[in-house]
Amino acid sequence: MVSTTTRPRVSTTTRPRGERGPLASVALHAGLLLAVAISLFPVVWLVLTSLKPRDSWLSAELQLFNNSSLDNYVRVLTGTEFPQWLLNSVLTAGLTMVLGVFLAATTGYAVSRFRFPGHRSVMWLLLITQMFPVAILIVPLYNLMAGLGLLNQIPGLVIAYMTIAVPFCAWMMKSYFDTVPVEIDQAGMVDGLTPFGVFWRVVLPLARPGIAVTAFYCFMTAWGEVGYATVFMSQEDKRTLGVGLQQFIGQHWSDWGLMTASAVLIAIPAGVVFLLVQRHLITGLTAGATKA
Amino acid sequence: MAVSTGQVKAAGGAARGSRRDSPGRLRRSIATHWYAWAMIAPVLIVMAALIGWPLVRGLYLSLTDATEANIGRTIGVNVIPATYEFVGLDNYLQILTSSVFWDKLLWTVVWTAACVVLHYGIGLGLAVMLNRKLRFRSLYRVLLILPWAVPAFVAAFIWRYLYNSDYGVINGFLKMAGLTGVGWLDDPTTAKIAVIAVNVWIGVPFMMVALLGGLQSIPAELYEAAEVDGAGPWQRFRAITLPGLRQVSTTVVLLGTIWTFNMFPIIFLVTRGGPGSETEILVTYAFREAFTGIRNYSGSAAWGVIILAMLVVMAVGYRRTLRSQGDPW
Repeated sequence: MVSTTTRPRVSTTTRPRGERGPLASVALHAGLLLAVAISLFPVVWLVLTSLKPRDSWLSAELQLFNNSSLDNYVRVLTGTEFPQWLLNSVLTAGLTMVLGVFLAATTGYAVSRFRFPGHRSVMWLLLITQMFPVAILIVPLYNLMAGLGLLNQIPGLVIAYMTIAVPFCAWMMKSYFDTVPVEIDQAGMVDGLTPFGVFWRVVLPLARPGIAVTAFYCFMTAWGEVGYATVFMSQEDKRTLGVGLQQFIGQHWSDWGLMTASAVLIAIPAGVVFLLVQRHLITGLTAGATKA
Repeated sequence: MAVSTGQVKAAGGAARGSRRDSPGRLRRSIATHWYAWAMIAPVLIVMAALIGWPLVRGLYLSLTDATEANIGRTIGVNVIPATYEFVGLDNYLQILTSSVFWDKLLWTVVWTAACVVLHYGIGLGLAVMLNRKLRFRSLYRVLLILPWAVPAFVAAFIWRYLYNSDYGVINGFLKMAGLTGVGWLDDPTTAKIAVIAVNVWIGVPFMMVALLGGLQSIPAELYEAAEVDGAGPWQRFRAITLPGLRQVSTTVVLLGTIWTFNMFPIIFLVTRGGPGSETEILVTYAFREAFTGIRNYSGSAAWGVIILAMLVVMAVGYRRTLRSQGDPW
């Protein structure tokens, strides 16, 4: 993997800017292709394995295809609790996304626009929450959830995920709002909108790329979390995918067919959300640097 | 809940007030800034309730000898009172004098350093490559970001399958090349390399995207001017690219360090901490302490407090270094 870091350098003594020799081009493409191969291989192998029958994923021989069929998928969808887990996960991730985007946007906007006392400490407070290890929070949080009757409840899990997703998203939204010119806000104020009105009707629509990234991040956080879900959702029918999936991989016995098929099914929604927002990922993540 | 957010606000206001010291300052400040505070309030309330309170509670638990056996419970109508006692700093002493802690700390530091360096190095390399004019650029970009779309727990399971010593594909390749297979997850050293590789695979896309955004915000005129002045590629990289990325880099490196230090699912799911507890980092060890066998709540809370303290010290030191170099943090 280290080899991918070598940056092909161009000697530009005679060539005009922005052009490079054929050799450098080849090296550049080769480097990128290698990186793509590494980044894609596990995913491709996952898909291939999910199509194989039992004796094939237990064999030491390397084969791309072997009696390909959708048997594993049928088994996952009909013979396990997978549909229930999926529903739980979709609900959790969806709610986290909607609430997370709203909270991150208001916070980010306030910190970006208003120079109120303590705005800097708010950002630091949010950063510090990122440092809290699961281990210290989980027991008290468990007791708190139990006290509020939120164990085995999707809203409870959503609230817990807020604490993971919102701080970082607020940072992202803040840096995105920083790139929206303040004059736009002022124009809105002149037209008689309240500060919240300016935020809601004027700035938020302009910040759509930032929102897309935030939404993606929130969704992925909830979709892929395991620690909290394992502890909070112990009831059979409340499990999310991350918890349920562990059943397929035991200490002594693993059903890789079920495992890989459900992994593909899980990766699909994430991939779809990803494809929808990936255009905005780069703009949104680093404060719309490419925006005019 | 509301009280603690009130304190945050009051603390901010008080700090300001004491500096300028005029009566009514606080009131005027509230009148001017209530809007901003109202917009932040929901987040702060949720954070205070779900992080602040558990934190205080965790701090308290870490000073007791609470375990699953003696913590109060309600089973049906029977209320079992808590019988754990305050033991002061015993838990901390026990942890800090145990060799387990120092072993885990060393490995956690190695793990964090290796991962962050590789994340940043590979991410920067790919970002620089993608920032050039080239064909299929957006295709490359999408394909390279793809691991990011794979949830961490799914990735962990995929890699476990790839690493499997009997039918894993990595050993398959080795055998095809005429080498003998390696029991990747059975030996401490290879297991450590294996988990680092998985984490690098997952983490590079984020770094790459962040740095690519940073690269695109560097004005092209700077490069042109440098070239007119006769600066070579390496000089341009050192003198323009790296300083131009400073703002982004400082943030992502700090975040990356914190995330990696606390990275839970990879190690928990790929190696389960094994072989033995060789690949267990501080966080997963503390989690296991809390949720296996007789749950040792106080011990795991003490671990958590120690981890948190180290991270806070690191972040504060980092921030101070940045400030002393003139960054607007």
